[in-house]
Amino acid sequence: MVLLVSLAHMIKKPQPSTSPDRRGFMRGVLTMIAGGFALLGPLLGGLALLLDPLRRNRNETSGAFIMVARLASLPANGIPMKFDILSNRKDAWNHYSNVPVGSIYLRRTKNEHLAAFNIICPHAGCFVQIDSQKPQFNCPCHESQFHFDGTKANPNNPSPRGMDPLQVEIRNGDEIWVQYQSFKTGISERIPTS
Amino acid sequence: MRRLLKWIDDRTGLEKVIRSALFNEIPGGAKWRHTWGSILLFMFAVQAITGMALWMSYSPSTRSAWESVYYIQHVMQLGWLVRGIHYYAAEAMVVLVLLHVIQKIWFKGYRKPRELMFWIAMAMALVVIGFSLTGYLLPWDQQGYWSAKVRTHIMSLSPVFGTYLERLTIGGEHFGHHTLTRFFALHAGVLPVVFSGLLLARMMLVRRYRKQAFEETAKTEVNVSSFWPGQALKNAIACLAVMGLVMLMTLKPQWFGFTHIGMGAPLAAPADPTDLYAAARPEWYFLFLFQFLKYFPGEKEVLGAIFIPSLILGYFVIMPWVAKVRIGHYFNILVSIGLLTGAFWLTYSAKMEDATNANYIAAGEQAHEKAQRAVELASGPTGIPEQGALHLLHHDPKTLGPILFAAHCSSCHRFDGHDGTGKVPLDTSSAPDLKGFASRAWLTDLLKPEHIATKRYFGETAFRNGDMVRFVNKKVSQFDKEEKVALERAIKALSAEAGLSRQAKVEEAEADLIVLGKEDLGYELGCSDCHAFHFEDDDADGPDLTGYGSREWMKSFISDPGQKRFYGENNDRMPSFLTEGILTPTEIGLLVDWLRQDWYEPLPK
Repeated sequence: MVLLVSLAHMIKKPQPSTSPDRRGFMRGVLTMIAGGFALLGPLLGGLALLLDPLRRNRNETSGAFIMVARLASLPANGIPMKFDILSNRKDAWNHYSNVPVGSIYLRRTKNEHLAAFNIICPHAGCFVQIDSQKPQFNCPCHESQFHFDGTKANPNNPSPRGMDPLQVEIRNGDEIWVQYQSFKTGISERIPTS
Repeated sequence: MRRLLKWIDDRTGLEKVIRSALFNEIPGGAKWRHTWGSILLFMFAVQAITGMALWMSYSPSTRSAWESVYYIQHVMQLGWLVRGIHYYAAEAMVVLVLLHVIQKIWFKGYRKPRELMFWIAMAMALVVIGFSLTGYLLPWDQQGYWSAKVRTHIMSLSPVFGTYLERLTIGGEHFGHHTLTRFFALHAGVLPVVFSGLLLARMMLVRRYRKQAFEETAKTEVNVSSFWPGQALKNAIACLAVMGLVMLMTLKPQWFGFTHIGMGAPLAAPADPTDLYAAARPEWYFLFLFQFLKYFPGEKEVLGAIFIPSLILGYFVIMPWVAKVRIGHYFNILVSIGLLTGAFWLTYSAKMEDATNANYIAAGEQAHEKAQRAVELASGPTGIPEQGALHLLHHDPKTLGPILFAAHCSSCHRFDGHDGTGKVPLDTSSAPDLKGFASRAWLTDLLKPEHIATKRYFGETAFRNGDMVRFVNKKVSQFDKEEKVALERAIKALSAEAGLSRQAKVEEAEADLIVLGKEDLGYELGCSDCHAFHFEDDDADGPDLTGYGSREWMKSFISDPGQKRFYGENNDRMPSFLTEGILTPTEIGLLVDWLRQDWYEPLPK
């Protein structure tokens, strides 16, 4: 709009003799106003529709404890195992119940406790794998390496922080419940996202 | 700013281009009838803007098209506005391109050297109609689906290539995913490119003609003015006027004869291939064709649908040559007026026929209800499942209950005097009216001597002379005051067995009475002489009253009323709907939920 108005200013009529300039200028401004008004509805509506995702709520299941597995399914030797997180999920108009929303690693620690990590590499969001040679996690994307306790295994690790630990609870004797959360990647601080 | 513009201009020469566009000399000065080009360009821009915004939220597949359009219309911010503008601007555009063609004919706009302009105007009209035909299907609602079905059927009538053409259009033998992807690609990809090309060609031709005309008349014509600002202002005002109308239609569609509720564009129920949309009508600007086809029954349809329209179109193409003959131009005008009058008359008679067609009006109302119900369910707590919104309607007791009842129960039973859908069957009923079955009111009347042997209950059944009727007539009519109070309690207790959600509040408040009522029912009033009630009773030959009217009880009853638990050998004529394979367990469940008025209802706002 501003650009157009200044254009209208700049471009002087080649033969200024045919009509008084002031009248021509007023008409020019009126043209801009009328044109602007006509486009107002579609432009504003389109913009609002475009920006709609900004006002959608986060996934409400985030931060809730979810039953992941039973104790018996976890090996005693401390080797981590991958488990999928099943949860309810909203995807625009669809509501899904019990669909995979992410994965975690679970392992037994020395003192008969459990440790859980989000599978997502804190560097760039890839899925971390268990190394086939060494007892450690290995990210296939940019070679981030982590010990099984989640700490960084290599000082040149591209990841800004260790793997993200999650709260684990044993309920009803042998059910493993995990508070599933994801965190913003690429920074050393842990800020939960949906 | 000035320096930035200069920087750009030094590298592009933009100023010269803009200058030549703005100060393009127009012979004869600014005129309203020179606004066509800019209106068409403007409307196209509006459609492009709103179209792209919609595109970002639209999903072309049979399981997500309606769902994504519902989401745009009812959930996303100002989605209804954008969709409304797109919809009504499309309607305005159809009118505009047709007027454009007519204007060209009227003002001899097709005479040498402007034949091309005329054909471009015609091509624009056809492309806009193409936009409308393809766009109409995209929401994958009942309206669009059944309209497109009819149109592709008409297409298949065309000689030689008909079936191939149809198959190519719908992307296979049946309507499905590829129908939508094809229609969408045409609507948002192919046609916009073609239309842009036509607009560009038109613009180039206009400038060329103006230049020619200017050179010819420059010496004699006094009133020459440049495009800017005189013509530009007229153009802007014309665009604003058209857009104002479009906005008004979007905000108040009811003022323009649209019957849907609320603002913006209509959205019918999701496309259902198993449910013919009896309210299907083409858009208003195609109504004349719809009416026209009524005069070509059976095999003659191809004449009215393909040959005659093609002939008319062909005549329009050769109009510029006809005009060369003496009075040819006036003949063209005469033909145009004749065709317009015919179209108006056909549209009018179509409207008039529909206005008095009771079936069509009823179908329209049903369609409205179904559309509204689909939105209610989609906005409900369960959301839309993976299988799509149609799945919701196909598992909705409120939608399917009446249809199942009318089909399978209404030959004997009634629901509030009708067959569930509101129609009254021709045959009289021969079994109880099931509206409010097991509710307090229903049971209270059942136990009244003046009602039990009427048509509303057992009057037309084998139980007319049975023990129950005898009990009510002989015993209940003689009840003293105390027994009457006990009976009232017993009714409340029996009705509580059903666990009807609409009585839940009252039953919670009267829990104590209901406990007493159970005693009355089980021991005091003599019901247990024939009925079992919360205990084993091998002698009982009336239906078991434990859980009477509950979902489980009713499902089991409808599945097989001849079970010992119910009527046993005394069963009258009622079929065993499950064991005889008449209904599936799901259907019985839907029927029971509907009879119990157990369905999702949104909270009033």
